[in-house]
Amino acid sequence: MQGADCRVALRRAGPVRRVAAIGPALVCAVTLASCHREDRNLSATADSAPKFVALSDLRPGPPGPPPPDDPRAAEYEGNATHIANGQRYFQWFNCNGCHFNGGGGIGPALMDDKWRYGGKTEQIYASIVQGRPNGMPSFKDKIPDQQVWEIAAYVRALSGNADKLAEPSRAEDMRSIPPINNIDRQPPKPDPAATKAGGQ
Amino acid sequence: MKRNARGGVLATGLALALGGCRGLQTMLDPVGDQARHIDDIWRVMLAVCGVMYVLVLGFLAWALWRARRNAAAVSTADGPVAGHSPAEPILERTLTGWTGLVVAGLILLVTVSFLVDRSLAEVGPDPLPVKVVAHQWWWEVEYKSSGADPQVTTANELHLPLDRPAVIELQSYDVIHSFWVPNLAGKTDLIPGRTNYVTLTPRRLGPLRGQCAEFCGLQHARMAFDVVVETPQAFEAWRAKQLKPADAPAGAAEAHGKQVFESKACALCHAVQGSEAGASNGPDLTHLMSRGHIAAGARPNTRGDLAAWIADPQGVKPGATMPRVPLSSEDLNDLVSYLETLK
Repeated sequence: MQGADCRVALRRAGPVRRVAAIGPALVCAVTLASCHREDRNLSATADSAPKFVALSDLRPGPPGPPPPDDPRAAEYEGNATHIANGQRYFQWFNCNGCHFNGGGGIGPALMDDKWRYGGKTEQIYASIVQGRPNGMPSFKDKIPDQQVWEIAAYVRALSGNADKLAEPSRAEDMRSIPPINNIDRQPPKPDPAATKAGGQ
Repeated sequence: MKRNARGGVLATGLALALGGCRGLQTMLDPVGDQARHIDDIWRVMLAVCGVMYVLVLGFLAWALWRARRNAAAVSTADGPVAGHSPAEPILERTLTGWTGLVVAGLILLVTVSFLVDRSLAEVGPDPLPVKVVAHQWWWEVEYKSSGADPQVTTANELHLPLDRPAVIELQSYDVIHSFWVPNLAGKTDLIPGRTNYVTLTPRRLGPLRGQCAEFCGLQHARMAFDVVVETPQAFEAWRAKQLKPADAPAGAAEAHGKQVFESKACALCHAVQGSEAGASNGPDLTHLMSRGHIAAGARPNTRGDLAAWIADPQGVKPGATMPRVPLSSEDLNDLVSYLETLK
């Protein structure tokens, strides 16, 4: 009976009223849906390194196909908590010692669209674990896997390539760079110099 | 039977409540000058407000009784017409007195509050400079170098010499925290980007406990620290011992543990003076075994708890920034043996 009344009332009400009635419900639904962006999987252990990792990208001929997707990459790059943690570890483990806050200095910039060793989260993971020529050390066995994935997700977010829904708007501590969700999106492009040298 | 049970519950509740009046972490047992002054203001407020409360209830009861009496008088005799009660000098005088009492009570509270506030800002002679930096979710404690005393860094414990004021410089590494040792002083916030100060002058020997008092994230509840008030001699001895680097491990297991510590993720966050590990993202562990608790008061400092904490930090303190580092059981065992040499 009440439901029928409601429907009649809605039909009688103007479009503005109808929006006013449905609006809050919609907002609730959207808000609840966004709770997942901060799901905290605290006990996760990324127990093994990706299987595809090759020791060197140097191969004859044109660059090979990109490595297959790792399901963990999607998990880490689509989660605000992991990206925010990655931001913290980026400083803790002295990534900013060479890459500065992403703008580059001693090491290459991470905020631009050039990726010598690939801009996918799996590829960034591999670069951190294996190290790269000209100064990037290997952090294998130094940084636990889960933290490497978090840093990789953050580095990918530095060039604005993170899932818009997952980008944190603030860090847990004071930072000298704007929030990640304010960074301009720079889709990865192959670096011509690196391609010439045999990279991807 | 039922009444007995109810009495028992009441007695237990009372005993528990009174037990809270004395302890490691209560403001009802002040042992520092600052906490005593705050205790004074609390007592004055309790007395003033208690008297006012009793008076208000008394007046209310009197008003009810008076209304009933008047109503009875109207119904039995031809009293005054409703709305035209005769002037009552006693009522007027009481109201004047009441206003005076309220003003006097407020003046008393303002005066006491002013005096206590002033006394909290006072620092006694020869203060000990200490810096405390709050992190999610632990406390970095640094005894600043002053005069001949060099700097000492420790974590989650605050050693204070008896009868000497300590000026604590408060900073935050990440979010807003609040420094609170209820037995010694009130709360003071640690705010990122600014420095606050609080003075503590302990007047009784013994252990106390401090706690973060501003919600700061998942493990806010497990962000505590031990406070040890000791004689000046004991404090100087402690300080001298903290200055020494860790001894080289003697046994083979301990030496292997040290190797694990230096080569795995431990060394990326922790420091042990006298070893390769020198990072400052987590607590300095050089004299870990001299502390009463680990993980900022989350667990007692025993071999079993250390092993459990390293094997699964997220099980002990979910959300803590300490990661689970995959270690073989032998590595873990030796690592804990090594940590146990850090006296």
